[in-house]
Amino acid sequence: MLIRRPHDIPSSEITPEDSYLNRREFIRKTAALGAGMAIAGAGLTAAATATAGGPQDKWRPKSPGPYDTDEELTPYTDITSYNNFYEFGIDKGDPAANSGSFKPSPWKVEVAGEAKKTGLIDLEDLLKPHTPVDRIYRHRCVEGWSMVIPWLGIPLADVLNRFGPTSKARYVHFTTVLRPEEMPGQKRSVLAWPYVEGLRMDEAMNPLTLLATGIYGKSLLNQNGAPLRLVVPWKYGFKSIKSIVKINFIGTQPKTTWELSAPGEYGFYSNVNPEVDHPRWSQARERRIGEFFKRKTLMFNGYGEQVASMYSGMDLRKNF
Amino acid sequence: MTVPPPGNSPGLAHRLFKPAVFLLCLIPAGALAWNLFTDNLSANPIKDITEETGTWTLRFVMITLAVTPLRKAFGWNRLGRIRRMLGLFTFMYATLHFFTYVWLDQFFDIESILADIPKRPFILAGFTAFVLFIPLAVTSTAGWVRRLGGKRWRFLHRAVYISAIAGVVHYLWLVKADIRRPVTYGVILAILLGYRLVDVLRNRNVRRSRG
Repeated sequence: MLIRRPHDIPSSEITPEDSYLNRREFIRKTAALGAGMAIAGAGLTAAATATAGGPQDKWRPKSPGPYDTDEELTPYTDITSYNNFYEFGIDKGDPAANSGSFKPSPWKVEVAGEAKKTGLIDLEDLLKPHTPVDRIYRHRCVEGWSMVIPWLGIPLADVLNRFGPTSKARYVHFTTVLRPEEMPGQKRSVLAWPYVEGLRMDEAMNPLTLLATGIYGKSLLNQNGAPLRLVVPWKYGFKSIKSIVKINFIGTQPKTTWELSAPGEYGFYSNVNPEVDHPRWSQARERRIGEFFKRKTLMFNGYGEQVASMYSGMDLRKNF
Repeated sequence: MTVPPPGNSPGLAHRLFKPAVFLLCLIPAGALAWNLFTDNLSANPIKDITEETGTWTLRFVMITLAVTPLRKAFGWNRLGRIRRMLGLFTFMYATLHFFTYVWLDQFFDIESILADIPKRPFILAGFTAFVLFIPLAVTSTAGWVRRLGGKRWRFLHRAVYISAIAGVVHYLWLVKADIRRPVTYGVILAILLGYRLVDVLRNRNVRRSRG
């Protein structure tokens, strides 16, 4: 397989920094202007004090990846407070608020199916032979917002190859842990628990695909899918399954949780595609967290050079 | 000697009732503005503002539509005095919600908004609800009641029922998986409209049995 190095996004497509303002500053100013509020003074004071601060200022990747984007990183506080993780509740703040009693350690992962080596393995043993690497990826949610996240993890292919998948293994099926006592969202059947996801073998083996254990060089927090999650940057965020307890090599395309929930809206592939709208909303643009103006969504979330060849000849409108 | 019913007794409480409700109705908008200025919204504040103003529009529709049933069922006639104000607050929150979409979310990108309306059923439903509110807000004054005549005015203002249904449908069509919240509003609305239907049917029967 030919994997070209990215030139990433042509610089012409990147919104110049000076053409957008800090969102909070902008909203404060427009709100103050629009409403003519007496509290404008207070708002501007707040804006002045709300300058960035946190791990993103000091953090530098120890081992930069070949496909890293050089776009501005989303602050750690935003990445850890604005989450879709229905196991802890449906609101964006729920995962951070309701995941306090979740225990990501000790952790075991079951490897099963069409592979030479299968069985239950301790997380430490699963990770031990590998050196985690930093990977800065764009993350695009199906709802129309996006972030730039510096993940820490191991290329999924490196992990999968250790188990020797056989020629019968055409798909990889992942399962999230089922612990209603620690995950209050699982007490209601909003989705069919446990959450399951899947990738085609070539997608799983693509060098972009990451088995992540951290963000900004620190271990994953519960709300981000501790202790182990998938990262598939050219697909909508819900494909990147969190808190994985099972990796199953199988022969046929599995059904995924969102596909089961709304088959007309969420397909198996769920590649980021600005030309194929969600039936109820447009996917042409996205709001990057921290920015005021929406930006154009890129085909395959900007990873076309690395992944487009896997889908050549496929009707992406049918295989959404 | 007749004692005025407690609900209609004049006095300080009577005079303060309306201004107090007025201030209460401003709390959601004030809280939202406060949280915005003190940086207490989430990482996606525009979405928060959209959701808050939308939710409060639905709540105010329900509160406004609850006035007449509460008056009739419990004799709380004092509520009649704030019905118009509650209706106008509904319109205020709907307007804030509409402009959050047009201004903050789409930034007056008319082309993209026009493309959204027919393609996105939930936006069409919300837009319908909002547009139907406009004539009701315009004709909310005493002058307009006189100009139209009570009968026609009342007929026109029944558009709020369609608006309320469109609003609930708007919410139902935009949620991803958990329909519990929109369904709750749907149930409340069904009760409020069901009450009116029963009332109409009962009055018709009374009239028929008299005739």
